[in-house]
Amino acid sequence: MSRGILLAALTMALAVTLAVPAARAQAPDRTAPPELGPPPRFDPPDPARFTLSNGLEVLLVEKHEVPLVQVNLLVEAGSVHDPEGKTGLASMTGAMLDEGAGGRTALELADAIDYLGADVAVAVGKHSISLRLHTPLARLEAALPLLADVAIRPDFPAEELERQRAERLTTLLQWHDEPRAIAAAAFGRTLFGDAHPYGATSLGTEASLRSFSVDDLRAFHGAHFHAGNATLVVAGDVTEGAIRPLLEAAFGGWGGGTPSSSDVPEAAQVSSRAVWLVDKPGAAQSEIRIGRIGVARSAPDYEAILVMNTILGGSFTSRLNQNLREDKGYSYGAFSFFDFQPHPGPFTALAAVQTDVTAEALVEFMAELRRILETVPDEELDRARNYVALGFPEGFQTVAGIAGQMGDLALYDLAPDWYDGFVDRVLAVTREDVERVARERIDPDRVTIVVVGDLEQIEAGVRALELGPVTTMEIEEVLGPRPVLSPGD
Amino acid sequence: MRRFLTLAALALLLPAPAARGQESRIEVPHTRFVLPNGLNVILHEDSTIPTVSVNVWYHVGSGRETPGRTGFAHLFAHIMFEGSGHVPEGMFDVWLEAAGGDNNGSTNSDRTNYWENIPSNALELALFLESDRMGWLLDAMSPEKVDGQRDVVKNERRQSYENRPYGMAYLLLGENLYPPEHPYHWPTIGYMEDLTAASYEDVVEFHRDYYGPGNASLSIAGDIDVEEARALVEKWFGEIPAGRPVSPLGRPAAWLGEERRVVHEDRVQLPRVYACWLTPPHLTPGDAELDVLSNVLAGGKNSRLYKRMVYDMQIAQDVSAFQGSSKLSSEFCVVATARAGHSLAELEAVMDEEIARIAAEPPTEREVQRAVNQYEAGFLDRLERVGGFGGKADALNAYYFATGNPDWFNEDLSRYRALDPPDVQAAARTWLTPGGRVVLEVVPQSEEEISAAPTGAGVGR
Repeated sequence: MSRGILLAALTMALAVTLAVPAARAQAPDRTAPPELGPPPRFDPPDPARFTLSNGLEVLLVEKHEVPLVQVNLLVEAGSVHDPEGKTGLASMTGAMLDEGAGGRTALELADAIDYLGADVAVAVGKHSISLRLHTPLARLEAALPLLADVAIRPDFPAEELERQRAERLTTLLQWHDEPRAIAAAAFGRTLFGDAHPYGATSLGTEASLRSFSVDDLRAFHGAHFHAGNATLVVAGDVTEGAIRPLLEAAFGGWGGGTPSSSDVPEAAQVSSRAVWLVDKPGAAQSEIRIGRIGVARSAPDYEAILVMNTILGGSFTSRLNQNLREDKGYSYGAFSFFDFQPHPGPFTALAAVQTDVTAEALVEFMAELRRILETVPDEELDRARNYVALGFPEGFQTVAGIAGQMGDLALYDLAPDWYDGFVDRVLAVTREDVERVARERIDPDRVTIVVVGDLEQIEAGVRALELGPVTTMEIEEVLGPRPVLSPGD
Repeated sequence: MRRFLTLAALALLLPAPAARGQESRIEVPHTRFVLPNGLNVILHEDSTIPTVSVNVWYHVGSGRETPGRTGFAHLFAHIMFEGSGHVPEGMFDVWLEAAGGDNNGSTNSDRTNYWENIPSNALELALFLESDRMGWLLDAMSPEKVDGQRDVVKNERRQSYENRPYGMAYLLLGENLYPPEHPYHWPTIGYMEDLTAASYEDVVEFHRDYYGPGNASLSIAGDIDVEEARALVEKWFGEIPAGRPVSPLGRPAAWLGEERRVVHEDRVQLPRVYACWLTPPHLTPGDAELDVLSNVLAGGKNSRLYKRMVYDMQIAQDVSAFQGSSKLSSEFCVVATARAGHSLAELEAVMDEEIARIAAEPPTEREVQRAVNQYEAGFLDRLERVGGFGGKADALNAYYFATGNPDWFNEDLSRYRALDPPDVQAAARTWLTPGGRVVLEVVPQSEEEISAAPTGAGVGR
């Protein structure tokens, strides 16, 4: 029983109101921050592993503090499996899973799940489709069959596809308003090119969205959704003995198959510096994205890259945020991150900056991308290592958090004990490691720069920086023409 | 009747039927005490992971601002991170991150909150930092610090409001829902000219008037030993002098005796309509009813408005409804975005029909039960995290602020469990009257305007 939450039926709650004696402790020494004792040890949970009768692998972490259960079904297929000319099919298939399944209509299914106080969310990534059931323990038995219906027996009704199609075409239209969506689309495309699956937006294009048929959905589902291409991750207030028969009943009859293979080409690294300016007339800020091809999740220097990026732009005190926000006041926040995927995803440095200092902000970005190549002071290195290592337990506080961490073990083929050594590996990162990965991964002379803003105000200033060839674009060149919906859509 | 959720100790997997009144209780055991200087302290132990959250609420928000200084409570909150008497500028964040911690804060119309999530060995560091800015902020204050955060906050306004589609809507709604003298009339983020006008002297006055220990509450939740934590709180906060008493904020009358219509042009593709009513304050009668009503109207595919406007007729891209609860007053809003080729008038007609239908006839038992079941599950979710916004440390301070009792979780949940369909009907009939509301239409600018000139809620750190 947790010491955190006690049920009244078992224990009287302790709520005490006391007056403090007037005698006061001696005034503390404020001339220096208090000395800290050694950081607490944290042992990440080690999942139990078992397989159902059809070979479906299950990872289970028991967590008994709150009567909640998270069951994630991780299907190893995603937008990289979109067929030629059908970008967005994985995303559409994911969205259509709960639009009617197992003999229930979309409305009946939604009513059944909502009535339980449960939630079934579908997240479509580049390499995975994750179906996430979050439910009170008391509703688990009723909710699990619904999750299985959604995963295994979607009906893909034609009229629901038409509704989803119109909704998504409208979302595409609305992206024309949204500077961040425009920046994301422009950055992905300029960095990876049209041919690479990491360069496309997961939603798809107007043409691809209009092309999807029920047969396409069935084909995608049939190819990738089977017990041989999936993993179940359970975290919550259950025991193996209690959950196993429920999982067997819901998923044990699911047919197997061979795991999906993906044919992701190697992305061409950025070989020179170039600037793309996208015009957003009247914009109060400019959205800046600067980056290059990063690294895969399996990179041997993963921890060193995390520490290096923390120094550059991965925390509030990082150099980018201190410079652009705290020192200059150009922005509400400036950051950087590596998108770790099974194949190298982007490294991105980003901020939204006040329109009239767009060029000045770019100068500071470039200065920080250079400065991270130089020797890092000990204090900054210590701070970044501690920030990454000692903040690690926060990811294991909730059943959803734990299930997400455990799912990564499967998705990225990590060693079963990968989390056990994480804190020590981060704390062992050396200054030489940080310098080496910075020089390998950050090259300010070879980056793609995208700015979405009011070109009338920012273009001349950005050109004067002579960062490289400048290409200007209209929003419609980035996102395509604004979709026109007809009554038939 | 509202007995859906049964906690683990009572039943494993099987939802044991329980009669009304026998529902399992949700409790967050805590220790509360008050320092001689007036600081309220709440301690709650949860050792799920070896971290602690330190959470401080100051009972002041943008509602206390004066004309010409809107946005100041939030600007002040930014300045709280810029160092204090024994903490050089920048070191608040540097020392916390070096200990493996994270921190943030937020301001709304009623209060300002701050938190640090830290490994359990760094509890004393967080208490040193929080106590130093409570007691010695002004020793390190300078006009330059005000200028620095003024620029940051102006960029926060640009990023979160001006440069976001429909981003100005809630500013306009507040101005139209409340009369000029009401504390909720102006936006927490403030007006640009007022942010420009904020001065060093304003900082000194605001800290003196509102940031004393008697106007604050400190909540610590996580992997603590209660007696040790208590000794550390006494050590670091005990010497701070009691501040000036703060008189309760007046509650100026606010009512809408008419339908007020506002049209705003924005750089958007699709028009969106907001219909808002003034409704009962947080935790007062009607508040929970309106939460459930928002779910019946727009929570999930089977909700009345979603099913008709988005699912069946497909005249709207989205619809949402919420009861936005605050201390002096609340607002109930229904928001919908038109599909291309459809008008806001079509959307409004359906909204009006569905609200009139619930006012005339109670929702079904299942609709209400479905909503209550979702609220019950949501209460369990709130017991998992100790830190951050909405974690247990924050929630204990929130309940203390609202009710005087930090562990008001079960009483809060009981409000929903007690509801029957006629209660929800009565709330719709009483509060969502067609003759007393604000209707805001956000419509696309014409092409010429887009190329000609730029156009003119809780706020994060």
